[in-house]
Amino acid sequence: MQAEKKASAKDMTALKASWIYQKMQEIRQFENAVHEIFEKGEIPGFVHLYAGEEAVAVGVCAHLTDKDSITSTHRGHGHCIAKGCDIDGMMAEIFGRSTGLCKGKGGSMHIADVSKGMLGANGIVGAGLPLAIGAGLTAKVKKTDDVAVCFFGDGASNHGTFHEAVNMAAIWKLPVLFVCENNGFGEASTFDYAAATDRISEYAKAYKIVGETVDGRDLPSVYEAAGNAVARARRGEGPTILECLTYRDYGHFEGDTQTYKDKDVQDRALNEDDAILRFQNYAKSNRLLGEDEIKTIDALVKAEIDHAIKFAEESPFPDASQVTTDVYVSY
Amino acid sequence: MTIKMSYSDAINDAIRLAMRKDENVILIGEDVAGGAEVDHLQDQGAWGGVFGVTKGIVEEFGRGRVIDTPIAEAGYMGAAVSAAATGLRPISELMFNDFIGSCLDEVMNQAAKFHYMFGGKAKVPLTIRTIDGAGFNAAAQHSQSLYALFTHIPGLKVVVPSNPSDMKGLLLNAVFDDDPVIVFEDKTLYGMKGEVEEGFYTIPFGKAEIKRAGSDLTIVGIGKQVLTALKAADQLAKKGFETEVIDPRTLSPLDEETIINSVKKTGRLIIVDEAYPRCSAATDIAAIVGDKAFDYLDAPIKRVTAPHSPVPFSPPLEKLYMPSPEKIINAFSLMVGDKVFTTA
Repeated sequence: MQAEKKASAKDMTALKASWIYQKMQEIRQFENAVHEIFEKGEIPGFVHLYAGEEAVAVGVCAHLTDKDSITSTHRGHGHCIAKGCDIDGMMAEIFGRSTGLCKGKGGSMHIADVSKGMLGANGIVGAGLPLAIGAGLTAKVKKTDDVAVCFFGDGASNHGTFHEAVNMAAIWKLPVLFVCENNGFGEASTFDYAAATDRISEYAKAYKIVGETVDGRDLPSVYEAAGNAVARARRGEGPTILECLTYRDYGHFEGDTQTYKDKDVQDRALNEDDAILRFQNYAKSNRLLGEDEIKTIDALVKAEIDHAIKFAEESPFPDASQVTTDVYVSY
Repeated sequence: MTIKMSYSDAINDAIRLAMRKDENVILIGEDVAGGAEVDHLQDQGAWGGVFGVTKGIVEEFGRGRVIDTPIAEAGYMGAAVSAAATGLRPISELMFNDFIGSCLDEVMNQAAKFHYMFGGKAKVPLTIRTIDGAGFNAAAQHSQSLYALFTHIPGLKVVVPSNPSDMKGLLLNAVFDDDPVIVFEDKTLYGMKGEVEEGFYTIPFGKAEIKRAGSDLTIVGIGKQVLTALKAADQLAKKGFETEVIDPRTLSPLDEETIINSVKKTGRLIIVDEAYPRCSAATDIAAIVGDKAFDYLDAPIKRVTAPHSPVPFSPPLEKLYMPSPEKIINAFSLMVGDKVFTTA
């Protein structure tokens, strides 16, 4: 059998880099906007922001098509944007408006767009792991080359569903990529306290699958590792655990006082270790993006987000009849 | 044309018909075939489920569509939920309904809510088959009847077949329904024989069956308690009272109309349910009738149920625990205020 060519970040085209940078900016500006609007009290419910972790969602989804599925978490806005969900529809959903992606019935924690392969943000920690292997099972039964990606946090790695799902994906060689966003905290408890292992990718050894840990604030590292894992899955070589070490720029939820955070780590994350700044530098030094292109994309994204906010604010709330519609397909 | 078939064989027949009709139908669960990767079995199954209900199905459809899982209910139930959301029609077996504690999230928060939370844009055509019922000396963790738990959750459909013919038609309806459905198989009915129509047919949800017509009393039986109700009705007939026995067949949706119309005619209602008495199918039906047909009632509604207690192991205790024709007749005698019928 011919050896497969390994994916390398060096193969990234300028076009891909442009898409990646735009998606990262969309996530960052979307989350910053939601943060500000939430503070003003205009967004109902619970909101968990993804800012700081952009390199993970974008670096992985850069290898996926609409036919591939992802499962997400309560911190799901970034996954939605990276998987191609409509930004106007997302913002309207978070505002609880009828024009939202889920007609305003899901909200921040349940944004989904099955037509884009986005199987939903999820309010239950650990729930996405079995769901991802189900999408992988569909691909296997239907004999397609689609893959399923499960984004989950370090907190979920202590949940039984993680071990059940990884074990089943391994014994059935399912086309699944388990992407752990290890941001160092499960709610307000540290990863070091809550997990007996030092590295979540180490679990891969026990399940006899490939495991790897990368710098999750470094887009090229995530992009390269995910590219290889997705390719292995498409070739029928089974699942991978990809652990991405990252950091949550905001709190667990909006309103979190974040007293458990180390100030120096937080400062570094917001400055020299910022995922977007690091990708800007990478793209410029590798001649993938110029300063002008970066400025153009920044402005384009600002216009997109402004449009989304206006769209959401001007959209009506759902009609009273919507309380009890969509409970069943038929009843 | 009908043939005589057991409740168990009716399930097996329905699954095969569904799998022949649509290649997206898969059967998944613990030892639904059994013996996976045992050298001398190859593509033969070992058990076909813990009661042999799905025996022979792996031989017809292969292990690609008849999938033995590890004993990991949350993992495979969650997988079945999203396999359904991404294009398959899984029949997922939860061996005993008592094991729902290990995968309630997957059923309650995922399967039941996708359609609603995602604004109607996702559907979960999942069928969960599960074993319930006391009377098998299986004790407190293998004998419960937990259908009320699922009836409580919007987004789920709940099916409680009482005989082989209903089982086949309702199970086939479940598999080709676009919502998540949970079908309860009472383990004590697996050997029950009955006339079953050959070939493919479905029975719609939310349509109760009047098993016996009467004008003096309505009894609604849940699952196998339909049979207890029919026995009580025979005995009451000998004393001159005509009982209408209703099998709701599905608890969600519930055919309220048939029950209410019957009560309007008889003025009396007993609900027979072997599940726990609190927040149950029995209390639910009593509340609905109290609300919508109060003026037609000649006596308080009576519920003949299990006590508020786990299912005991010891055979004499389990017998005392269950509803019986005698308990039903006692309840009726209290309703008509006639001590002649008091047997206890």
